[in-house]
Amino acid sequence: MGPVEQIVPLNWYIVLSTFLFCIGVMGVLFRRNAIIILMCIEIMLNSVNLLLVSFSAYTGNSDGQVFVFFTMVVAAAEVAVGLALMMSIYRNIGSTDIDVLNKLKW
Amino acid sequence: MSEHLLNDPTLIFLGLLIPLLPLVGFLINGLLSKFLPRGSAGWIGSGVVLASFICVVFIFKSVGPTDMIHIDLFNWIAVSGIDISFGIHIDPLTIIMMLVVTGVGFLIHLYSIGYMHDDEGFNRFFTYLNLFIFFMLLLVMGSNYLVMFIGWEGVGLCSYLLIGFWFKNEAYNDAAQKAFVMNRIGDLGFLLGMFFILFNFGTLEFNIVQKLASGLTPDSTILITITLLLFVGAIGKSAQLPLYTWLPDAMAGPTPVSALIHAATMVTAGVYMIVRSNVLFAMAPATMTIILFIGVTTSVFAAFIGLKQNDIKKILAYSTVSQLGLMFAALGLGAFSSGIFHLVTHAFFKALLFLGAGSVIHALHGEQDVRNMGGLRKLIPITFITMLIASLAIAGFPLLSGFFSKDEILAHAYEANKPVWIILSFSSFLTAFYMFRLIYLTFYNTFRGTEETKSHVHESPWTMTVPLIILCALSIFGGLLGLPEVFSEHHWLDSYLSGVTGGSVPFLHHGEHLSHGMELGLMSLAGFGAILVILYARNRYIKLHQLPPDETALKGFEKLIYHKFYVDELYEKFISQPVFRLSEFTGNWIDKFIIDRVVNGSGWLVDFSGRTLRLLQSGNTGFYVFAMVIGMVVLFIIRLLI
Repeated sequence: MGPVEQIVPLNWYIVLSTFLFCIGVMGVLFRRNAIIILMCIEIMLNSVNLLLVSFSAYTGNSDGQVFVFFTMVVAAAEVAVGLALMMSIYRNIGSTDIDVLNKLKW
Repeated sequence: MSEHLLNDPTLIFLGLLIPLLPLVGFLINGLLSKFLPRGSAGWIGSGVVLASFICVVFIFKSVGPTDMIHIDLFNWIAVSGIDISFGIHIDPLTIIMMLVVTGVGFLIHLYSIGYMHDDEGFNRFFTYLNLFIFFMLLLVMGSNYLVMFIGWEGVGLCSYLLIGFWFKNEAYNDAAQKAFVMNRIGDLGFLLGMFFILFNFGTLEFNIVQKLASGLTPDSTILITITLLLFVGAIGKSAQLPLYTWLPDAMAGPTPVSALIHAATMVTAGVYMIVRSNVLFAMAPATMTIILFIGVTTSVFAAFIGLKQNDIKKILAYSTVSQLGLMFAALGLGAFSSGIFHLVTHAFFKALLFLGAGSVIHALHGEQDVRNMGGLRKLIPITFITMLIASLAIAGFPLLSGFFSKDEILAHAYEANKPVWIILSFSSFLTAFYMFRLIYLTFYNTFRGTEETKSHVHESPWTMTVPLIILCALSIFGGLLGLPEVFSEHHWLDSYLSGVTGGSVPFLHHGEHLSHGMELGLMSLAGFGAILVILYARNRYIKLHQLPPDETALKGFEKLIYHKFYVDELYEKFISQPVFRLSEFTGNWIDKFIIDRVVNGSGWLVDFSGRTLRLLQSGNTGFYVFAMVIGMVVLFIIRLLI
């Protein structure tokens, strides 16, 4: 165990991750701007990453860190696709407000 | 009984070739019939069966009474402790059956070339015949009950196809369906018997089952259950009481079919199956008694019906049922090799009788009623002489094949059970009578048909007469297979089959062995009885010129047997009609008001719920995200609670 782990208990990381995740969820739920929603999804992903890394560090098992790399790669791909979609949507309807995007229904 | 396993590759190759040749013939005739020149299907079909027969003869020469050939082709079913291989097993019993199937089969193929010459379905006919020979060989060559069952069902299929061969006639189709359905009843018994064997012995291999069975207590419930179920299968296939009614109707098929399938080979499959499992049966005396009872009853019952039939093929059909009953009586007495002996000689003379009847029908352009025949002796002499000899053989005229095989069964009956002996002798006298009634009505006196038909009567072509002559020779000399001990050192067939039937000997009850004098006495009694009956028939039909009266003139017992004891009518009233009424009820009520409503209701439910639930798809992305999060939270809470 390194010095940081001795000072900061694992619970703090868990609480921080939970806060970050809830912020992300709230952002996705309550913001109307699609770009902000994407950013909020990133916050959720990163909160989970943080949790994985801290568990990995505290238990001395590197599996979690390997997992995080995968998450990052997937997140990068997701952002690339998501932003491209946003661009396309903006060009077509001149807005990124998700309330306007209600054409696809029964 | 130590059996010697032969591993010679040549024999194994020949053994595989035997069933494959007819299969190849079937494929060629079936798939390429459009490209084959007209008539060639007959020669291809006959050729492959002849080639098969030659292979069988070769194997017959190299396999002794205690030898056997066992070929495991591949592992067929292997699941959780059940291990069934697709194997071929050749031992003396198999060889006897194969000789009959391919030998008589070849002659009937050859005959069919002439008989079916003008038929538009010529190629189709030989396709079916080859397929039948293949399945029949599979039936007798299989090394376990399941392979036998493939053949068993296969011959049933071919029988169906060939009975309904002239499918434009609705009545013939009905006959084919009747045969198929009645066989299904028996097959269910066979199938259940197989399940019981598999459940109790863990295998279906004949040899292993027999060995395991001989370690059980005789007459135990399980043995009786298995043997009774197998016997139900035999009842269906071999047309015994109460499932015999399909066989007379099966005469709707072309006559060579009646000779091959419904006289010589397929209907004897039940006899073969019981001899094949003889240890099982010998250890269940209760079943043996039932077999004896059914065999004896069928024998005399069918012989009575045969007395008053007027259709030449129907007479022969009831005669077949009666003779099969005699074979089953032999099996019921524990005389397994005698049953096989009679099976072989019966295959010779009954095939000959059917082919002869076919030749008569051919000469008269389809006339089958003996009342419209007569005086054909001079017009078709070869047919007349061969049929006369076959009739003498089946009637038990001394020194012909049927005399020896029938006498052997009667001798066994005399040893074991005097009343059975009396009934069987009576039934064989009835046989002699109705056979000679047929002969005298068909061939003697003057022709009773129209002048025009008479002018067209002609002897059949050589492809038809040669099989008649060969079968006639076999009917005369077939008795040499099993000369009784009075005439020769030992009974050839009995000792040849001893490796197969030997296993059951310790379990059979042995009566006092007949002295040679007694045996001779019984033989001469049967022989003289047959001759007297023939003379009585001669007196009645030649001297007194009696003709079968119209059915309206019949009274009492004669009327009863003319109408076949009204069995068909009883089945119609008490089985078919209730089934039809039940179908009507289920069709009109259960189907319409329960099944239809359930089906329509489920359709309506899906439609309605789809219509309602699609309103959720509002297009509002925020709502979707909200629903997703709520869902996640709900899942999370459930996870926490459980």
